[in-house]
Amino acid sequence: MKEWLKRFFAGDLDPLEGLADGAEERDSTREELKIQRKEFREEVYRRAYMRSLDETRQKGFYAFYSAIAVISCVLLIGVLLFTVANLPEYGEENPRTVEVVERYVEKGVEETGAVNIVAGMILDYRAFDTLGESHVLFTALVCVMILLRIDKKNMRTDMEDYYTIRDDVYFDISGDSIMRRVGSVILPCIILFGVYILLNGQNGPGGGFSGGAIMGAALIIFSTAFGFKAVDRILTTKVLMIITFVSLSFYSFAKGYVFFTGANGLENHIPKGTPGAILSGGLILPLDIAVGLVVACTMYGFYSLFKRGSIGHD
Amino acid sequence: MDFITNFPLFTIMLSLFSGVLCYMLKGKAARRYTIFYELLLIVLVSCVLVYTLRTGEAFTYVMGEFPAPWGNEIRAGVLEALLALAFLVIMLCAVFAGYRFVDTDLDESKVNLYYSLLNLMTAALMALVWTNDLFTGYVFLEILTLTSCGILIVREIGRTTLAAVRYMILNLLGSGLFLLGVVLLYDLTGHLLMVPMHEAVAELAADPAVMPVLTMAVGILTIGLAIKSGLFPFHYWMPDTYGWATPSSAAILSSLVSKAYIFLLFKTYARAIGFSVIGKMPIRNILLVLGIGGMVVGSMQAIRANNINRMVALSSAAQIGYIYMGIGLGGTSGYTAAIFHILAHALTKSLLFLTTPRLAEVSGDDLSFKALQGSGIRNRDAGVFFTIGALSMIGIPIFAGFASKLQFGLAAVESRSSLKLILVMLALAVSSMLNAIYFIRTIIRIYARDGRDMQRAHHRAGYNIPMLVLVGANVFLGLFSWVIIDLIHKGLNMFAA
Repeated sequence: MKEWLKRFFAGDLDPLEGLADGAEERDSTREELKIQRKEFREEVYRRAYMRSLDETRQKGFYAFYSAIAVISCVLLIGVLLFTVANLPEYGEENPRTVEVVERYVEKGVEETGAVNIVAGMILDYRAFDTLGESHVLFTALVCVMILLRIDKKNMRTDMEDYYTIRDDVYFDISGDSIMRRVGSVILPCIILFGVYILLNGQNGPGGGFSGGAIMGAALIIFSTAFGFKAVDRILTTKVLMIITFVSLSFYSFAKGYVFFTGANGLENHIPKGTPGAILSGGLILPLDIAVGLVVACTMYGFYSLFKRGSIGHD
Repeated sequence: MDFITNFPLFTIMLSLFSGVLCYMLKGKAARRYTIFYELLLIVLVSCVLVYTLRTGEAFTYVMGEFPAPWGNEIRAGVLEALLALAFLVIMLCAVFAGYRFVDTDLDESKVNLYYSLLNLMTAALMALVWTNDLFTGYVFLEILTLTSCGILIVREIGRTTLAAVRYMILNLLGSGLFLLGVVLLYDLTGHLLMVPMHEAVAELAADPAVMPVLTMAVGILTIGLAIKSGLFPFHYWMPDTYGWATPSSAAILSSLVSKAYIFLLFKTYARAIGFSVIGKMPIRNILLVLGIGGMVVGSMQAIRANNINRMVALSSAAQIGYIYMGIGLGGTSGYTAAIFHILAHALTKSLLFLTTPRLAEVSGDDLSFKALQGSGIRNRDAGVFFTIGALSMIGIPIFAGFASKLQFGLAAVESRSSLKLILVMLALAVSSMLNAIYFIRTIIRIYARDGRDMQRAHHRAGYNIPMLVLVGANVFLGLFSWVIIDLIHKGLNMFAA
């Protein structure tokens, strides 16, 4: 156990040890197969024996580990419950803690032009945070691209050719007629609903993040029903990159302009519109559209990268 | 309002835009663009530093048309500008010195994504340094978490994937705890911006019934950031994370990312909670003890390491301990020492992490000590730079490490508690001795001749430019420490205002 503890703290404990070794494939004759099977059986017995030896050694470590984990979780739960019990009661009248919220609720519509106060809050009062949040999504997309996009370094074997793996026939499962029929009925509705939610963020529940998620889901269903080939006709890697780039840089520049004019006490010339109309809320609608496009592209990008290791034909 | 006050905003927006732009460029163009725009940012931040020094006071910048308790705000003082400048210089040096390793470690098609992540990370670092709002801190902390996992995983060998998974899990745990702390504080005070929160906390602290909850909130937030920056019991992700990443990632992760978390913690203490309230909580004493624990345990583990990068990484655990010890000591001198050590360690550690791969390069790409024997002779420049970094880490005069250890000693004397004085002095002595053991051993190792043929490596002189910048800054910090300490004092005074 001591040895395992030492290895754990040295960051040396490798849970995947021995599992990730690749196997070689080739055609064998009957005799060779027999020998191989025998060797394999012996190897399995040997490994099982080794593992049982290893397990007795590990047992102490894991018992200690789970005991500590349980104790610290129970302690944390106790401490957090104590904290929650001592928090101010929900709905308690406290002039200090409602100072900020009061203005959002009372003057929000007038100052931001958006009937949906939440949209006004995240895209106008605290727009800087949301700017960061939309770049979090983009960062996640870049990380997933690094990890999953197939290149010469992370192909599993040499047998898999760089190009055949990207060939969509390889992954095509679009033969399902139920999927196709239902999809062709339901998909237009989903996309329309997504667009509706996207465009009405300033007037009701919704906005860029939720509308974009629905549109992204529609794209994913579309690609499952009709195959990646159908999506690739419109949404290649290049198109997806351009959409993301244009949306995010529009967001940065529009908000940068508002921050700059606001801080320097200049007029920003962005009309607020009549609250309740579709063209209201100043920048909220265009920003929602930008965020929605980024979210939809990111979701589809994730799906496509997980499924076939690339977003589309370059 | 002067035009220069817009510069902090420009640094953040420009970095975010550059992150998205590099995603569109090809690898080489992305690198050239990154170097160019980092230079531009350095100019901008230097202007802010000079401006704040000249006016003698910090300025807040309203993000948009809504003022303090309702909208977002950023703030720039001497301390913020100084740290932002140091971060940018180190970032630029790491990119410059590490790009040829990036080109070999990464697949060609992913080089631009690497620079995209670095630029997003710069944006997050800038936002964390300038922020005057706890929730903005959280949002950019998320970006920093994701980008740091990204630049680790980009090497695509089994070890980095495993290290990144572990780093990610611990980092997310830290982010979650930080968010929990912020939410609790928001529930108690009703504010997210630091200045109004400070006022509310000062009011609340007078009430003894609220004090335990407040302590819990601050404690949870502290644990979150301590996990992310690698304080002693949470440091075991360090060796794999720093030891296997591509060199510029290792330099950036060890010298910028963990420091940004510490600075955010410090800023929260100073601006949102207030040192007088922190003083009433047991948190600082716990940080002091854990810091000292890290100094000793980290060094002991570094002595046992059999690979130079793991050794340097584990010595980071010890150095993070120093910084937390400074925060734990408290008082102006303690905080000054902590911030000075942030600068000193960032400069030295990036120098070491950028030098070790050059030593390994002439030893058959092997980082183990056995292979490294004589590598300082095979590659003279890298040997000299490694020696300078190691001497600074040990705390030899004229280098930055000595100046910061002196500051810790002074802070301990001024803490007016004999127990703390004895503890800190003992810890400093023991830790310096342990540092000396493993660094001197390594220096001897890389200069010991072995039987192999002593082929000299021929490098372009250009590879040495970023190293010379880092060494120059290091020696400046060591010889003219009073200049920097004076700046830090001014910055701390602005924090109080």
